[in-house]
Amino acid sequence: MAKLTFREDLCKGCGLCVTACPKKILALSKTKLNHKGHAPVECTDPAACVGCASCALMCPDCVITVER
Amino acid sequence: MAIVFQKPKSLTDVPYHYCPGCTHGIVHRLVAEAIDALGIEGKTIGIAPVGCSVMAYDYFKCDMIEASHGRAPAVATGVKRALPDHVVFTYQGDGDLASIGLCETVSTACRGENVTIIFINNAIYGMTGGQMAPTSLIGQVTQTSPYGRDPKTQGMPIRICELLATLDAPAYLERVAVNSVAHVRQAKKAIHKAFQNQVEGKGFSLVEVISTCPTNWGLTPEKACQFVEEKMIPFYPLGCFKDKENGK
Amino acid sequence: MSEKVLMKGNEAIAEAAIRCGCRHYFGYPITPQTEIAAYMSKRMPKIDGTFLQAESEIAAINMVYGCAATGRRAMTSSSSPGISLKAEGMSYLAGADLPALIVNVQRGGPGLGGIQPSQSDYFFMTRGPGHGDFHIIVLAPATVQEMADMTRLAFELGEKYRMPAMLLADGTMGQMMEPVVLPEDTVDPATIPATKPWATTGTEMKRAHNIVNSLYLKPDELEKTNYERFARYAKLEAEECRWEEYLMDDAEVCVVSVGITARVAKNAIVAARKEGIKVGMIRPITLFPFPKAALAKAAAKVKGFLTVELNMGQMNEDVKLAINCAKPVNMCNRVGGMIPSADEVLAAIRKEAK
Repeated sequence: MAKLTFREDLCKGCGLCVTACPKKILALSKTKLNHKGHAPVECTDPAACVGCASCALMCPDCVITVER
Repeated sequence: MAIVFQKPKSLTDVPYHYCPGCTHGIVHRLVAEAIDALGIEGKTIGIAPVGCSVMAYDYFKCDMIEASHGRAPAVATGVKRALPDHVVFTYQGDGDLASIGLCETVSTACRGENVTIIFINNAIYGMTGGQMAPTSLIGQVTQTSPYGRDPKTQGMPIRICELLATLDAPAYLERVAVNSVAHVRQAKKAIHKAFQNQVEGKGFSLVEVISTCPTNWGLTPEKACQFVEEKMIPFYPLGCFKDKENGK
Repeated sequence: MSEKVLMKGNEAIAEAAIRCGCRHYFGYPITPQTEIAAYMSKRMPKIDGTFLQAESEIAAINMVYGCAATGRRAMTSSSSPGISLKAEGMSYLAGADLPALIVNVQRGGPGLGGIQPSQSDYFFMTRGPGHGDFHIIVLAPATVQEMADMTRLAFELGEKYRMPAMLLADGTMGQMMEPVVLPEDTVDPATIPATKPWATTGTEMKRAHNIVNSLYLKPDELEKTNYERFARYAKLEAEECRWEEYLMDDAEVCVVSVGITARVAKNAIVAARKEGIKVGMIRPITLFPFPKAALAKAAAKVKGFLTVELNMGQMNEDVKLAINCAKPVNMCNRVGGMIPSADEVLAAIRKEAK
């Protein structure tokens, strides 16, 4: 049981978290842009998240908060 | 559920100006995590360099000083001599620390000044738009080495940790990278140690962080991380080059 | 009151700085000011202060920058070629509005020049010693006593106006020995930083962070800082100009000179007076701000001015500007470490009086 919260407006869509995720459940949004104009990261399968925080560890912009 | 990862307390809410995927943000966070873990925010003074991280003074909640290009270690020395019980760190890029400020770097290390230096090596001048750095790799194409760095006319890249390891005074020198989860974990430990050393009065500590510059390398953030693995680390091997207290 | 002692000018600066609460000296050896560093290296360790021989003049001024940012009274000293290297640091000190003391005991130039006395850094120091639009306070001592007194003044004015301040002496002033009454040791160094709420001394988690900085990427903000700084310079000029007048009441010729040449000129003036020549002197003590009003006032009365300088005519230009070229401004000068004799100056005065 884990939960990811994204400070979406800070996301620059670099995708480093997407690569880091061992469960491959992160993706850049295909439907929206944040106020910076970037496609922000989203979790495609929240139930599969194990809360390892690899995504947050690689995020340069402190976008992700991880709860477990 | 408990929070297992969030933005460190000693970072301000000012959004970074860095390009997407630039690893400066990761290193800022690791510095802030060390400051939080040691509970030293109120007595820390950071020195920002000239280069991409020039505005680091906006991102840390501790007192900050902006130094001229390359002089951060001298400024840090001035602060530390005035406030010996405080924690003083510099955050410098490769042009700043290894080129224009090399004299200050070596001399501060030589004095064993009890300060912490975080050295970002991304093999390029980012702020000015991607010129050759002292650490640019052989053959690396930059704005000022458009045919690739040629050792015959442009010399060889400089390995700062190895250079400083020849000195007797430094307490701790380690090279880490932030291109993968495993490397970030190691970098976190090294940066924490570099601050802890200072708190314990052990002397000069420097952590060289192999970082990326996706924009000026002309690579995606992901490919830039691969470039670090495949090209940078073979030339700049990771590891501890000096750890006085452990006899290294 | 302190007792009268016999001291070298350079050493008087060093001891006076300590008595004014300075506990941090960063420097690099260069003739003819090295006695300051040597004196500090002896004294500072005994009073829990810092003497640090830096790796370069550049590093030394940046150590001063860091130390001054913490609110301490910090200083460095050098001579002309070394001051060139400190130009970057002085610009940053000015841009970050940090007070600090810089001593320049001038020698001849350009380049490596020589090691004998000179006043050839006048333009460099008074116009703004570094890139950008700025000034530093510039004080010109003419006695060892003034070397000591102006050290205190430089710290105080620098802090009052948040500016770097310079003692601009010629090599003679640094090397000569004279009796001097040193300032009373009344400043407790520990009390100084508390008067500087902008200082980076650690937030102690009690306030928002202080940032010492000279970078303003928004042009309107940078413009504002320039105007604010120049408003301070205007106040400095209105309130802090200092000069000495000598036999000016009935003078028809006004000698203008500073440092060692002002002393030589005084002897020449005494001799000229014996010949019946009505000559006096205005000796600027602050070179920035330059005592323009005093000179303009004199211009209404005298026939002409004679600057006596150890350069090719640098202060001469400031006198012309101050009096708006209302009267002739001639010059008696020597350079390269040569100093005009009283006879040479007397001859020039005679020529002026004709």
